[in-house]
Amino acid sequence: MRLVCPAGSPPAFKAAIDAGADAVYVGFRDETNARAFPGLNFSENDLHAAVAYAHARNRELYIALNTYPTPTRIGQWRKAVDRAAALGADAIIAADPALLDYAASAHPRLARHLSVQGSATTHVALRWYRERFDIARAVLPRVLSVEQVERVCAANVVPIEVFAFGSLCIMVEGRCQLSSFVTGASPNRHGVCSPARSVRWQEHADGSRSVRLDGVLIDRFNPGEPAGYPTVCKGRFEVGESIFHALEEPTSLNTLDLLPRLARAGVCALKIEGRQRGAAYVGAVARVWRQALDAFAATPEGYTAQAQWHATLASQSEGRQTTLGAYHRGWQ
Amino acid sequence: MRIALGPPQYFWPRERMLAFYREALTWPLDVVYLGETVCSKRRELRLADWLQIGDEFARAGVEVVLSSLALLEAESELAQLRRLVGNGRFIIEANDISAVQLARELGVPFVGGPSLNIYNVGSVRMLVDDGMRRLVLGVELGRDWLGELREAAAAEGFALPPIEAIAWGRLPLAWSARCFTARALNLGKDDCGFRCIDYPDGLKLATREGQDFLMINGIQVQSFEVCDLAPVISELLDAGIDTLRLYPQQHDMPRVIGRFRQALEGASPTPLPGHGIGYWHARGPMASAGAETPAIRGP
Repeated sequence: MRLVCPAGSPPAFKAAIDAGADAVYVGFRDETNARAFPGLNFSENDLHAAVAYAHARNRELYIALNTYPTPTRIGQWRKAVDRAAALGADAIIAADPALLDYAASAHPRLARHLSVQGSATTHVALRWYRERFDIARAVLPRVLSVEQVERVCAANVVPIEVFAFGSLCIMVEGRCQLSSFVTGASPNRHGVCSPARSVRWQEHADGSRSVRLDGVLIDRFNPGEPAGYPTVCKGRFEVGESIFHALEEPTSLNTLDLLPRLARAGVCALKIEGRQRGAAYVGAVARVWRQALDAFAATPEGYTAQAQWHATLASQSEGRQTTLGAYHRGWQ
Repeated sequence: MRIALGPPQYFWPRERMLAFYREALTWPLDVVYLGETVCSKRRELRLADWLQIGDEFARAGVEVVLSSLALLEAESELAQLRRLVGNGRFIIEANDISAVQLARELGVPFVGGPSLNIYNVGSVRMLVDDGMRRLVLGVELGRDWLGELREAAAAEGFALPPIEAIAWGRLPLAWSARCFTARALNLGKDDCGFRCIDYPDGLKLATREGQDFLMINGIQVQSFEVCDLAPVISELLDAGIDTLRLYPQQHDMPRVIGRFRQALEGASPTPLPGHGIGYWHARGPMASAGAETPAIRGP
């Protein structure tokens, strides 16, 4: 299995490669990718250097073009595909049918990976993307149990990449309008979830804090209580008589313990989430996963996730908690 | 402009569902969408039941569409989808690309549902090639987007299919592998006991300061606010909307349909308290509401 790591900046990119990533995915500095945050992503020069750095070490660079262009903006997205091809990227990661179609006809030799934003959860859906755009790989949304991942892989439609670690989207990617509903900014159209400009922290006299998203109270924290980034799905709300994390707790996905099963299922690549995180996160996480993959490759039967790996990943996690997410039926 | 009764979003007991559609046969509808779109565990009605209800509407001259699940995870759900697509009598609403692919393979026409990710002309064109007869606007798309789409289609000389808009009901905002109703009741999804049947209009989620925010409906999350496009019906006519989708609710449905029929006949419905126009005017529904009140700022 290949290790696919995120990078939102040149230092993070270098950290990922140096720590043993087989491939690193990045984005341009605009809304063509789903981490369109101010101060993040790569200039043209950054990308030339990154491609050279990766290829000199026999690693790959993928460019995420995983947002959906509206009718007047499709030209900008097509140009982004042209730029990716001209840069010598090894693949683009895209979800929009019109964009995949353009890439397949204009740059047939540039590999096309179906982004998780494509919301494809079955081998039948994958058949559509393969027949239509000859995709080389598909990233599955974080909604399938491990048994369901095994069945999708067994259908053998396209090589499958799954999320292994990182901040957890709990909704079907590509079909979550919670950020859009509250802030008007959507992952699909604008490449952002809960944009920073919509976030307001408020400190109260007793030391507690509130956080709002465009005026909507997402959570309140007691003095000293750790507070996470305010996405709607990780807030505390009132349902019935109770106030709790009604959708999900601030937690990260961690599948170190599932590694052998994912490998035996035939998963071709493991994806690490976190282009918005810094070089320290990317380096630390990539190093753990490199060690885990190497340990598994050396002795598949003797593989056990080491406590130190778990500790490192937990220290890099949202809320310092990790979960198997939907891979484990009990979570659902 | 035609009026469609959208697919049921909630889980109602068999008798209530059957009674609802018996009554619906007497309503002035042009199109009816039938079938389960949210959770495959909801089986008070089976395909045979939906087909039977569909036959009655077809006899009454109403266009019948069988809706499919928005989130498919299990092989058993794909098997159900195959039976739905191959029903032999009615066209389907594809709410996932899996349904598009099966319809394409079987040569069955379909309506492109609101959970397909269709954002531009090229994508519409491909689905039309695959057999799409009508497109329901994506949940977060409205008037301005449709204007852009029409302009771009005209520039390419491409004739768009008829467009349907969600005109009444709670907006389906997200889907998950997790059942949030079961979570709220401290139950596992596999042992949910089908408890969402106790919430025929969904389970309310409010903020910690009591603002009504979302509605939990099993694995689906909806807006709490009901979308009502009746006050902007003239804009819908100008935008060339072909079909208005009204999502079923257990009470007052005849009055809702009457509101839209009257609007189409020239009445000017006034906005209802607690209702909004969803995404029709571009920005997020709450973002637009927030624009009128000063944002609360930190120190």
